[in-house]
Amino acid sequence: MEPFLGMIGEGFLWAMGLIGLNADLMSRYGLRFLEGVWVTLQLVGLSIVFGAVLALPLAIARVEGGKVLSRAAFTYSYFFRGTPLLAQTFLIYYGAGQFREQLTDIGLWWFFRDAFNCAVFTFTLNTAAYQSEILRGGIQTLPAGQMEAAQALGLSRVLAYRKIILPQAIAVGLRPLGNELVLMIKASAIASVITVYDLMGVTRLAFSRSYDMEVYLWAAVLYLVMVEIVRRVWNVLERRLNRHLLVSR
Amino acid sequence: MLDLLELLSFGPNGWGDEILQGALLTIELALVTLPVGIAIGLAVAVAKDSRSRALRAVGDLYTTVFRGLPELLTLFIVYYGGQMLLTRLAGYVVEGAHIEVNQFVAGVVALGLVLGAFSSEVLLAAIRAVPKGQKEAASALGLSGWNTFRLVTFPQLWRVALPGLSNNWMVLLKDTSLVSVIAISDLMRQTSIAVGVTKQPFFFYLVACLIYLVFSGLSSFVFTALENRASRGFKRVGGH
Repeated sequence: MEPFLGMIGEGFLWAMGLIGLNADLMSRYGLRFLEGVWVTLQLVGLSIVFGAVLALPLAIARVEGGKVLSRAAFTYSYFFRGTPLLAQTFLIYYGAGQFREQLTDIGLWWFFRDAFNCAVFTFTLNTAAYQSEILRGGIQTLPAGQMEAAQALGLSRVLAYRKIILPQAIAVGLRPLGNELVLMIKASAIASVITVYDLMGVTRLAFSRSYDMEVYLWAAVLYLVMVEIVRRVWNVLERRLNRHLLVSR
Repeated sequence: MLDLLELLSFGPNGWGDEILQGALLTIELALVTLPVGIAIGLAVAVAKDSRSRALRAVGDLYTTVFRGLPELLTLFIVYYGGQMLLTRLAGYVVEGAHIEVNQFVAGVVALGLVLGAFSSEVLLAAIRAVPKGQKEAASALGLSGWNTFRLVTFPQLWRVALPGLSNNWMVLLKDTSLVSVIAISDLMRQTSIAVGVTKQPFFFYLVACLIYLVFSGLSSFVFTALENRASRGFKRVGGH
């Protein structure tokens, strides 16, 4: 297996040299770039999933909560949508360093000590704000009759949300959720500023050592491929999940 | 708490004036980028709306690339790439010449390219929202091409485009923080300098966040006024 993989690598580098890329540079940094892609995917995947978990109660608080709860949820999303992600990342990463003793006391310092964790934490809070807005919008486009009919059938509010409201709200918000995923992939490059070696971090490292612009080109292609894959997958997903809404053309 | 507020005072002991200068530079950067980005966006939108297949393909490629790349990457490519390209070009003229790209210009170009990609989508939708009959009616009334655009097409296009453009502006305002990475002394960078000296990251970054919030609050105030003005001749559902 090992020599076989080596041969594929050799062949790949040869082909890259053939189309005019710097094969020598690629053999030195190629694998690190792949590791960087993996870190980026982890950053985005974890943040999006945790963000979704957090977005659900926030959206419901906006719609169903009383004055206090809905205000609080609104303030949360206003703050995180109105300030730059870079500032939020600095606030949490450097801010946590300032509260080191308190965080050690409550046993959370191990988490905030790591730049990767801080990035995931910040991105989660950020995307939760955006996702909760999308979800709220989806819920509020539904006619009141949906909830009334559910209750007339004897469904509890929780059950009505789970079986009737949320599936429709997510269907409405599917496209914006896809856009949010794309935005998150792009925004994850910010993690490189706080020493995380994601794709962008690896690129900056390779550039600072080689001074070859080509590494930025590789990064650009890799990011575009990731974004394009998400877009394609989302188009299929949307057609599949919303097929009952499709108008025949 | 009082000590912290003292850190924000103006003068040699406080960071108020430095941060304010940074905030002004942030606004300046965004305001200079806006016309650049809208101009690019308009050109790309017209290209995407044109009959020529090649022009449409170029427009689509442009949007795909600059909407898909992280803004930080675009910034680095423009800054370092521009520097290398210009140095090489200058090398042909003068042996061993070296050109430093001004960071502010690099920031404006990079953010303008990104804004162009996003606003082209908004403008394209707005261009298509104006029915062809409007143009035909204008030419039947004997209006010249420029007058048709100024008096008939643009006011209608503007109304449709404004909400989208206001969104683009908000994103631009936040994206300007990225230029601090290439050492422009904008709000973000000035804040980081203050943090470096005072060792109060939480407080200063929170202040920076609040300043950004004030900016976006003011912007949405202005845009609401603009939108009301743009749609004064248009009756909405619900009657207001």
